[in-house]
Amino acid sequence: MKLFRHELRFELALYQRSRELAFFTFLLPMILFLLLGFAYGDDELMGVKGSDYLLTGTLGYGVVATAFAGLTIVIVVRREEGILKRIRSTPLPAPTYLAAVLTTTLIAFLVQAVFIVALGMIAFGTSFPDNLFSLVIALVLGAVTFAALGIGLTGFIQRAEGASAVVNAIYFPMLFLSGAFFERDTFPEFLRAVAAFLPLTYFIDLVFSVMNEGAQLWDRPGDVLALLIWGGLGTVYALRRFRWTPHEG
Amino acid sequence: MSSAVTVSELRKSYGEVEAVRGVSFEIATGEIFGLLGPNGAGKTTTVEILEGYRRRDAGSVTVLGQDPATAGLAWRQSIGVVLQSSAMYKTLSVAESLALFAGYFEQSREVDEVVRLIGLEEKRDAHVRTLSGGQRRRLDLGLALVGDPELLFLDEPTTGFDPQARRRAWESISSLRSLGKTILLTTHYLDEAERLCDRVAVLRDGRIAAIGRPGELTGALPPTEIRYRENGKEVVLRTEEPTRTLHELTARSLAEGRELESLEVRRPSLEEVYLSLTEEQNE
Repeated sequence: MKLFRHELRFELALYQRSRELAFFTFLLPMILFLLLGFAYGDDELMGVKGSDYLLTGTLGYGVVATAFAGLTIVIVVRREEGILKRIRSTPLPAPTYLAAVLTTTLIAFLVQAVFIVALGMIAFGTSFPDNLFSLVIALVLGAVTFAALGIGLTGFIQRAEGASAVVNAIYFPMLFLSGAFFERDTFPEFLRAVAAFLPLTYFIDLVFSVMNEGAQLWDRPGDVLALLIWGGLGTVYALRRFRWTPHEG
Repeated sequence: MSSAVTVSELRKSYGEVEAVRGVSFEIATGEIFGLLGPNGAGKTTTVEILEGYRRRDAGSVTVLGQDPATAGLAWRQSIGVVLQSSAMYKTLSVAESLALFAGYFEQSREVDEVVRLIGLEEKRDAHVRTLSGGQRRRLDLGLALVGDPELLFLDEPTTGFDPQARRRAWESISSLRSLGKTILLTTHYLDEAERLCDRVAVLRDGRIAAIGRPGELTGALPPTEIRYRENGKEVVLRTEEPTRTLHELTARSLAEGRELESLEVRRPSLEEVYLSLTEEQNE
């Protein structure tokens, strides 16, 4: 536990000092929220006010940016630079290290979520979320699911330079298909069929329902199950494909 | 004195390529031992097996009383590793990096003591991203030292350094001798091995071509060289009996009444021993 706290303290410092992470994973979702909110925050989307709809979408953007994209890139870069290999030469247990990295990601996303909700209230007058307990658990579930998928993905990326390309190629299309910023109901049939496979779709549906329809976590077992399945899949690949040493040659 | 490291008939292949083909050596506690050889001779493979990063195919290995392939985290309390190339978090300062790694060990050295030992006092609070290559390499050494290990692995600690940076790194490594550390160092610089190591093993093609004190290796072969110029041409004599050869040579030229121009008598340097040992593979 002492080792975990030691590592966590440094991981949090590293996160705060990384300008790339601060911008691309932390600020960019909020900037997009503001831009889209001013553009069509007063329209009606999915039966709710546009800004309420965008708030859910921005939380979805935040979870994939921070827990999936940011984490994946950080791990691949650390691995390819040999930092992970160096850590393996010390007595720091691997689970302690990974737990500290994951906790940092989770804290970063929860802080980001607080900022997003506050931004919505200040800029667009969205209301304070009612079912706070269900919302927090849904956010944590989403963050863990996408973190597991991100760590699983690191095993398929060979080079540090390729990490952001691969990650962006996955998460930007997912963001749009899952209806983070557009009504999914207006999509053609085949795109909706694709969306029905994506974990972000279930995260957004779950959060939307909790924030706008008064639902609790247990009212949406299908969404929870879908996230758990994706999280489990990510964990399986994380355990099988994770590497500590740089790719050779 | 007990052995810190024992390697016997070590073998390792990558697919068809046999990188290490039956290597044996021992390192005594407190000794600085050098593994010397050209790129691809099997130095890094051997060292990474001893560090527990790679599995061996055959042979036996004991490092501080344990098999690195099965040794646990407790064993890592007593070893320090400088890898051939590995970065560090660029946004941490030198002191923060050392404090981070110090926290991984049950017993560690004072951060400021390590900063002094690696000569980075002026860069103590500078971020890693602002350090030069040589300074980063000395930080690598500091990170390996901060856990106060009994045994240090240094894989090519000065490759890519300018002469001044190398001299400073040598001073840091030499100062570890007085701390009583056992050190296994790989290098392809002869002067480095000659300067730092108690004993060296020359690796060639995955085998040990020679092993011994730097002085012993130069004493073995090749023979002493005598050079002089005669009618504008350079003459080189190699002899096992330099006293006799030189005597005969000078006696003859005295009798003939002529000078031996540019006369030079030279014992082979470790460099020449090394080249003669490692070049055979190309023949």
